[in-house]
Amino acid sequence: MEKIRNFEQVCNILARYERNPNSLISILQAVQAEYRYLSEEVMTFVASSLGISPAKVFGVATFYSHFTLQPKGKYEIKICDGTACHVKKSIDILDALKQHLHLTDKEHTTKDMLFTVETVSCLGTCGLAPAIVINEEVHGLLTPETAVQLVKDIQKSEALANE
Amino acid sequence: MNKAKITIDNQQISFSDERNLLEVIRKAKIELPTFCYHSEMSIYGACRLCMVEVEGWGLQPACSIKPAQDMVVKTNTSEVRAMRKMIVELLLASHEVNCPSCEKGPDCQLQKLAQRLGVKKVRFENSYQDRPVDDSSPAIIRDPNKCVLCGDCVRVCSEIQHVGAIDFAYRGANATVMPCFDKNLDQVECVYCGQCVRVCPTGALLPKSEIGVVWQELHSNKTVIAQMAPAVRIALGENFGLEPGTITTGKIVRALRRMGFDYVYDTPFGADLTIVEEANEFIGRWQQQEKLPMFTSCCPGWVKFAEQYYPEYLPHLSSCKSPQQMVGAVSKNDLVKNHKLAPEDIVMVSIMPCTAKKFEAKRPEFSGAYGKDVDHVITTQELATMIKEMGLDFNSLEQDSFDLPFGFKTGGGVIFGNSGGVTEAVLRYTSEKLTGMKTDSYIFNAVRGEEGLREAVLTIDNRPLKLAVVSGLGKAQELIEKVKAGEKYYDFVEVMACPGGCINGGGQPINHGLHTKQKRTSGLYDNDRMLQLHKPQDNPYISEIYETVLQKPGSTVAHEMLHTHYHPRKRIQTDDVSITETSPENKLVISICFGTSCFLKGSQNILHSITQYLKMTGKEKYIDIKATFCYEKCEQGPVIKVGDQILTQCTAEKAIEVIENSL
Repeated sequence: MEKIRNFEQVCNILARYERNPNSLISILQAVQAEYRYLSEEVMTFVASSLGISPAKVFGVATFYSHFTLQPKGKYEIKICDGTACHVKKSIDILDALKQHLHLTDKEHTTKDMLFTVETVSCLGTCGLAPAIVINEEVHGLLTPETAVQLVKDIQKSEALANE
Repeated sequence: MNKAKITIDNQQISFSDERNLLEVIRKAKIELPTFCYHSEMSIYGACRLCMVEVEGWGLQPACSIKPAQDMVVKTNTSEVRAMRKMIVELLLASHEVNCPSCEKGPDCQLQKLAQRLGVKKVRFENSYQDRPVDDSSPAIIRDPNKCVLCGDCVRVCSEIQHVGAIDFAYRGANATVMPCFDKNLDQVECVYCGQCVRVCPTGALLPKSEIGVVWQELHSNKTVIAQMAPAVRIALGENFGLEPGTITTGKIVRALRRMGFDYVYDTPFGADLTIVEEANEFIGRWQQQEKLPMFTSCCPGWVKFAEQYYPEYLPHLSSCKSPQQMVGAVSKNDLVKNHKLAPEDIVMVSIMPCTAKKFEAKRPEFSGAYGKDVDHVITTQELATMIKEMGLDFNSLEQDSFDLPFGFKTGGGVIFGNSGGVTEAVLRYTSEKLTGMKTDSYIFNAVRGEEGLREAVLTIDNRPLKLAVVSGLGKAQELIEKVKAGEKYYDFVEVMACPGGCINGGGQPINHGLHTKQKRTSGLYDNDRMLQLHKPQDNPYISEIYETVLQKPGSTVAHEMLHTHYHPRKRIQTDDVSITETSPENKLVISICFGTSCFLKGSQNILHSITQYLKMTGKEKYIDIKATFCYEKCEQGPVIKVGDQILTQCTAEKAIEVIENSL
């Protein structure tokens, strides 16, 4: 029933912005918050509802890096690669997580849709370098090993929850 | 009062209400280079080629600033020259530079500019990366490797045509003009009008060539027939150095025969026939006061537009096939019946100013017992290329005349190529038919003109006849919205997708010269005046074909051969939004229309009631719900589809009842 709730939310979002095409960016932000990404079908739905062309919506969605067209995992891991984290070897953490989760340069999300691993420019927590954020939670002063351990803990609790 | 003046390269130039500095500079007879400036579209300022030095302001793009009193402008300083050259070099460095084999050939603005500005060597390393060419559509080829991102195509498609099939996607070095979701053109709402092809400065958008296959047919043992649209005869000469509007009909016929066409027919014969059928259809509707306004249907770009955006008006379109298809149908019928040729040995090639005609010829509606009405469509540009390939010296060719019977036409069929032409030809027929009186006059100035939307009220048979002539799909949309809202009423509406009509089509020679459109328009009206006959009903071969084949206008035979009907069409080939978790056991698919009209009529409440009902009865797992656009029955909304059953004016109770019965 989650999808029904999602979809009703999209209808509510469109109604809240009075189907005004000038509010496209705000609408897309709200829709992405609902689905965690923007699918072709939903973008076409939004375009038709606003009376603009889907190509225009696609243009806006691909222009801003805030928007994502790929479904993201349940846990979004953002590895800080700002200057402070970078000199503290954040890339080693990225490589370790990618290896652990079998991700590549092109694939950022695991097949089980649990994890998405990405880099961000600066989290503003340089005192904790190298730092990562998992969903809303910040973890600092990490090594590749402690970072992988965080992921292993999540995997363990997810496995338990599924039993 | 003193006129406002500015100084441009030491000349005093007066100005009044020019749109921007660029227009004033052009008034001073200085041809500033531009890629992205077209006077009929919005100002974009992307290409930066029109940079000039304005005293006190530094370097400025002339397209994006207003002229001001006493402004001092220099267009040819060493800084300006160096900058223009560098822009062209940078474009070339990220461009697939295969100019000798590029189809755009000498019409390419980038190539012209590089030569004009003296770019001898590109100082930057070529960083262009090969990207796939989209040749999916029957009409237009999109080659991103040749794109300079000027955005002309994007703006003509959204601002002039209100379609918006292509737009910029991604950003920075990855920016590309593409259809939504990087789909191919044949998967999206493109109506194939080819206006993007007309404005593209490079080879990034081109008509899809059928030259190869036409040569193949000509070299085979088949009987190959040509037919030529009106707008070709006044534009083809431009490819051979002639002025737009120069009538070269005789030379073209000669060239076609030299190429090996067995019969050369004239599309305006089909236009005469279209008028007789369409005018009778109109008279019937007008007298019955049903399905008005009647819209013309000879423009395939407009037909696809209507199928996608105004399905509720499809019954208002004339059911007549376009002249191209009519000539195909009647000439194949004639060759099979009277010349005993096998249908598979006949090939009909039409020469059109239009890219959408390529699409029209391939529509399944236009295949009959003798195969396709029209087998191949080449554009005016492609015919010019074929003439050059063969090495014919076009300008010194002798004249020749069309074959009978389908090569004989009246002026009424020739003016079809101008916006307003169809309406005028209908009036030439209708006025005599309804009053029963022959007249010598044949010109209806009321429907001529350059405006994208023109209205006229004429009195025929003591009744007011309200007409509208519209060209450019954006204008058509504005008109239909007003008709829908009840603000406007018309009896007859002519729609042409291209501004100005077929003379300005996407398959015409590339010509950015001043007044090209106007000169082509007068070329066709001149051609009309030069012919002996002007009214389709006076064409003796039209009378003959009714006697021998078609019986009378609107007869069963005529309907089979010359009429068709159209279907609602989905704009984008994409999945519907799935609202429920899908799993293999889900047996019954319920699609709820969420188009604006159905939404306002309460489709969200129906969805809510259905999901509540499913939750309460525990039947969720047997159902898959999708949100969709649109079952094209907007006037009967909300529309819901349960399994294969379409429910109109649906209520929650009605939907639930049908779901219960279906489970």
